[in-house]
Amino acid sequence: MARICTLSEAIEENVRDGDSIAMEGFTHLIPYAAGHEIIRQDRKELFLIRMTPDLIYDQLIGVGAARGMKFSWGGNPGVGSLHRFRDAVENQWPRPLEIEEHSHAAMANAYEAGAANLPFAMLRGYNGADLAKVNPNIKSITCPFTGEVLAAVPSIRPDVSIIHAQRADRKGNVLIEGISGVQKEAVLAAKRSIVTVEEIVDELNPPSPNAVVLPTWAVSSVVHVPGGAFPSYAHGYYPRSNAFYIAWDKIARDRESFTAWVKEHVRDGKPEDFARHVGKRSAKAA
Amino acid sequence: MSIEFTPTEMMTIAAARALTNDDVCFVGIGAPSAACNVARLTHAPDITLIYESGTIGTKPDVLPLSIGDGELCDTALCTVSVPEMFRYWLQGGRITTGFLGGAQIDRFANLNTTVVGDYDKPKVRLPGGGGAPEIASNCGQIYITMALNKRGFVNHLDFITSMGHGEGGDHRARLGMKTKGPTRVITDLCIFEPDPATKELTVVSIHPGVSRATIEENCGWPVRFAETVAETPVPTTTEISVLRDINARTKKAHEAA
Repeated sequence: MARICTLSEAIEENVRDGDSIAMEGFTHLIPYAAGHEIIRQDRKELFLIRMTPDLIYDQLIGVGAARGMKFSWGGNPGVGSLHRFRDAVENQWPRPLEIEEHSHAAMANAYEAGAANLPFAMLRGYNGADLAKVNPNIKSITCPFTGEVLAAVPSIRPDVSIIHAQRADRKGNVLIEGISGVQKEAVLAAKRSIVTVEEIVDELNPPSPNAVVLPTWAVSSVVHVPGGAFPSYAHGYYPRSNAFYIAWDKIARDRESFTAWVKEHVRDGKPEDFARHVGKRSAKAA
Repeated sequence: MSIEFTPTEMMTIAAARALTNDDVCFVGIGAPSAACNVARLTHAPDITLIYESGTIGTKPDVLPLSIGDGELCDTALCTVSVPEMFRYWLQGGRITTGFLGGAQIDRFANLNTTVVGDYDKPKVRLPGGGGAPEIASNCGQIYITMALNKRGFVNHLDFITSMGHGEGGDHRARLGMKTKGPTRVITDLCIFEPDPATKELTVVSIHPGVSRATIEENCGWPVRFAETVAETPVPTTTEISVLRDINARTKKAHEAA
């Protein structure tokens, strides 16, 4: 059974220094409020896992919380660079960042293999691509039936996975709608998991029997954090703030302005601050 | 009557024309996304557009800033998980055409979006491959669109993020790849297609008002021209107005909130 608790308690109980941590959400439902709480609790030496590091990991890298990162596309979508990620890789600021780089297909397969309790994933991938030359975790395997050589990568088994979802019921069962990315796989692949949600309701009432539901016994902690995915979005609740993603380019380009932003909006902030992003416009009307 | 248009508009429209109503197209963000939606709003209304966030058969009213904007899910026929997208639909061989952009390209249409300089000590760290390495190998064919300049069209790539025709000739076949790879590269000055035998990119069509010398000055390798080079037809009033309308709607939407 998931424990329904505060964000501070959930991070305190589930995220430890040195953990491998996956905070997923493919553009949609990115758990920003949880990322901020990790910074406030000053977690260190984390190994970050995420297909698209996005602004959430730009923030964790910029404050020096990460020793390494496994990823497949490290940009600000539609805008340009993740400047804190670039500064860490190009100039080792504020500390060196060990990187393990894959393709999206390999990361998606590796999460699925982790959820399936398998040691590795295979795919028809990386043909002629140089990533296989620089990442020792990209190997190959020969099909025992046809002789075809396929790419193989280790499955992803995070110490802890964190996702954001639309709602949970009072028992802690979780509903996810819209672009569901790799969130279900990330939770099922992890030892521990936290789900932040827009709403906690009496009855989940899934709109379709095929809506993604994570049963309460598959999740460690459920936390009510309205707006917790801002500046990404929660389908049916609020739209992606493309304006904030565009503004981040200037905030993060410079070390001082980034640090000042983190002080004002993260270190001096609290989870409840995210609620003000809800309901400005409905996602569907956007 | 002549219509005024910019080189970027010509590029997007020439790229849109490459697509047909029957295509199932895996759409890259940015310039490819604009081209694919102009095709859908002009000559290819039934084209199936797929974005790697899992949205299948999407019909966005404004261009998405990210690959997973809510607009894509709201207007899609269905939305699947990301593992399903890459495993069943892309690796499963269901996609006829992948449409990619890139930071750098070489004469065999290999793309680099990973690093400039050494991988371990990069001069410039770019975002990386994302879906591109497997889009490039698992789609039936690949179109690429990017502006022609010496920064992008380089003689040597520091890193091959996604393979086009590798070292040229039958390199793809030698690696066991059964798909065609890049069949057209649409720029703001001209259109390239790979030579049938050597697979070196060759200019097959030049946009109106552009000289061969301008193309040569903006390309990082000695440019080959096909025996017969066409002139790209100018944009029609419909193509231009559809493109400008969607760009205007997009700008307004992205500046809000």
